Amino acid sequence: MDSVLAIRYKDGCVIAADQTNARSVLAYQHNLDKVTELGKHTAMGVSGPNADMVNFSEYISKNMALYEAMNHGSKLSVNAQAHYVRSVLAEALRKGPYQVNLMLGGYDEKTKEANLYFLDYLASMQKVNFGCQGYAGAFCLSIMDREWKEDMTKEEALDVIDHCIGELGKRFVIAQPNFIVKVVDKDGVTVSKFGADPNDN
Amino acid sequence: MSILEYNGAAMIAMAGDECIAIAADRRLGVQYQTVSCEFQKLFQINDKTFVGLAGLATDVQTVAQTLKFRNDLYELREDRKMTPKVFSSQLSALLYEKRFGPFFVEPIVAGLDASNKPYLSGMDLIGAPCFPDDYVVSGTCTANLHGMCETLYRPGLGPDELFETISQALLAGVDRDALSGWGAIVHVITKDGVTTRELKGRMD
Repeated sequence: MDSVLAIRYKDGCVIAADQTNARSVLAYQHNLDKVTELGKHTAMGVSGPNADMVNFSEYISKNMALYEAMNHGSKLSVNAQAHYVRSVLAEALRKGPYQVNLMLGGYDEKTKEANLYFLDYLASMQKVNFGCQGYAGAFCLSIMDREWKEDMTKEEALDVIDHCIGELGKRFVIAQPNFIVKVVDKDGVTVSKFGADPNDN
Repeated sequence: MSILEYNGAAMIAMAGDECIAIAADRRLGVQYQTVSCEFQKLFQINDKTFVGLAGLATDVQTVAQTLKFRNDLYELREDRKMTPKVFSSQLSALLYEKRFGPFFVEPIVAGLDASNKPYLSGMDLIGAPCFPDDYVVSGTCTANLHGMCETLYRPGLGPDELFETISQALLAGVDRDALSGWGAIVHVITKDGVTTRELKGRMD
């Protein structure tokens, strides 16, 4: 029931996810942060059962940090990070799959390019300009198809995300009161806005 | 829906006069939702050999990576390029190794052997191969593709005619299948090199 939305614009990516943590008919919390930061210039919006989501995200982000520590601070490109995530998912697939679907987006300093990847729980990976995970796709992919264009600005991308979130609020039967929106660009990962503060416990 | 139909695919390889053509659609879907129109299903192994992988996208990518690894290792050890026949045998063995937990891919192999004679093979998900002289197909609309190929194919076509034939067969085949289409790519391989063209088809 999670929604993850992501759009690639000229100089970065916008990744948004709903903040609801629920199982069956019970909502545990409405301020969960489902967009994990991987290093300074990449983030991934993850959907799925909370156990797998947290375990997987932490495993990936810690391994990224380990790589940097072991390799004298050299960073992996977004492409390399996405391939790494795919390899972890693919290996686990026939042993004990991670039931996580994600959108991984980042900004490459070297090539000055933004890159966004769609990865599903089966470890299928595809580089895309925009994408959604979950039921959100049924409502939002067509909006993104219509409104995405090459060399968008950050403001335009955020507008499209707002349009998508609005559509979900209006037409998606499951109420998702809060969304967290993060922007990944040359300045790193910043929280553009959230419905409820994830740190407010 | 069967696991081989989860992501959607359609591909054909045809043999011509000292040339072969291999073509595939570009859709990546999650059941009925289309995610991308740029998904790669055809992979170049060397100058004269291509493999097309139809089936579950994750296994398409895993098998493609494994095949590249096996090919590179072969070239390092043997100091020569793999012929399409050897490649096809390796792929068949790779798939049968996973007999009771298979990769959900149904590959087609197309290439030119040492004397530039066309080589085609197609196999199922556990590596059972067949070696026709004319064409091979794979994917979610094989019935459509067989019908088109059987009708349009003639032996001994040159590279340009072969391109036209394979393109028409693929486009007509995918137009009646919801799970494949959304773009198409064709590679034509002759002794002089590879020509790649993208087809403009219906994006629905």
